[in-house]
Amino acid sequence: MTKKTLVSATINGEETEFLCEPQQSLLEVLRDGLGLTGTKEGCNDGNCGACSVLLDGRLVNSCLVLAVEIEGRSVVTVEGLAEWPRLHPLQKAFAENDALQCGFCTPGMLIASKALLDRNPHPTEAEIRAWLAGNLCRCTGYDKIVRAVQAASGE
Amino acid sequence: MKPFAYQAPVSIEAAVALLAEYGPRARPLAGGTDLLVQLRRGASDAALLVDVKRIPDLTRITFDPVSGLTFGAAVSCAELCEHPDVRAHYPGLVDAVRIIGGAAIQNRATVGGNLCNATPSGDSIPALIVLGAEAQLTGADSTRCVPVRDFCTAPGKTVRQPGEMLVALRVPPPAARSGAAYLRFIPRAEMDIAVAGAGAWLQLAADGTIADARIALSAVAPTPLFVAEAGAALIGQRPTEDAFAAAAAIAQEACRPITDVRGTAEQRRHLVGVLVKRALRMASERVAS
Repeated sequence: MTKKTLVSATINGEETEFLCEPQQSLLEVLRDGLGLTGTKEGCNDGNCGACSVLLDGRLVNSCLVLAVEIEGRSVVTVEGLAEWPRLHPLQKAFAENDALQCGFCTPGMLIASKALLDRNPHPTEAEIRAWLAGNLCRCTGYDKIVRAVQAASGE
Repeated sequence: MKPFAYQAPVSIEAAVALLAEYGPRARPLAGGTDLLVQLRRGASDAALLVDVKRIPDLTRITFDPVSGLTFGAAVSCAELCEHPDVRAHYPGLVDAVRIIGGAAIQNRATVGGNLCNATPSGDSIPALIVLGAEAQLTGADSTRCVPVRDFCTAPGKTVRQPGEMLVALRVPPPAARSGAAYLRFIPRAEMDIAVAGAGAWLQLAADGTIADARIALSAVAPTPLFVAEAGAALIGQRPTEDAFAAAAAIAQEACRPITDVRGTAEQRRHLVGVLVKRALRMASERVAS
């Protein structure tokens, strides 16, 4: 049994402390330790993007981050997007453009799209498609997701 | 993942002391985009991960027109490609670094890790080789610099010894009238591993002939491959399509591709011919700009 480490971090704007073992991924701790199950586990090796979160504002795969690595850092998950009761503009655009079917990839798509619009508020279609290459969707064929991101960007 | 210990030292001295204590069972952790996958697969039995991202020297990028570019082994691909001096002076490096994984991987993966993982398909490695880059390795008692062209010795193997840590990569200042480029072939637009890749660098003399040139390849040999004779064949030539084709033919002769899930040996050898010509053309266009 590895000794547990106490980690302090800001998660969705709230100061949070948790105990974890060094080999636990951020994804594992978010879902199983902190109950933030919006972030999904897909491939668990950095290919599918279902586990996308923002780490200090940058898009990362939470399956490829150790929970101990986020000491002192800031994480935003899909639960941190809406300002209740108002949806985030991307969430609204995804709903209005039918940009989801089963919904499994949606939290990752939303977080990845937010990371894109935060740095590039008016991306071209090609830029959206290239940016979302790390997020797989097996239902929509991507078109509606791209339209939703365009709608949210005001294009 | 099997349990391991984790340390995040804030100095090179503390990090190499940990590496010395644990020997081969300690692994430096940079972006983790390869290492964590290996650990999860059971392909590595690390007892200690030494997270090097809290060491200021390992996350620094410095550029000086005289001494060139130095960047720490823990600088992410995204940070390197966003750096204005890197964008302005090393477009051939940006070609290679910006295509390693998608946006999320770019924010974590490092060029240092790409080099230390030493996969034959590591995109940044040929780009570093043709730019004449050196890798700084530091151990408990000494520091040494190794040309990147000599760094990888076999798939997944490098000259780095247990107890040594890759600290930084140094790229010479951009030479007058020089240009570089890196291209790879993948069957989709992004997020894939090179079937074959080629990096090229050339420098023109005042009379417009090629004064010096270097060519290196990815995914067509057990290691990223520096093809000295292909670059040497260009010296004294005009930068024409015929000269580039002759150099590409030498690179095709020198490569030792295998057939695997990503492509056949014949396809890879064909791609080397196409990619070397195109990379040389791009590099020579960049001399003018």
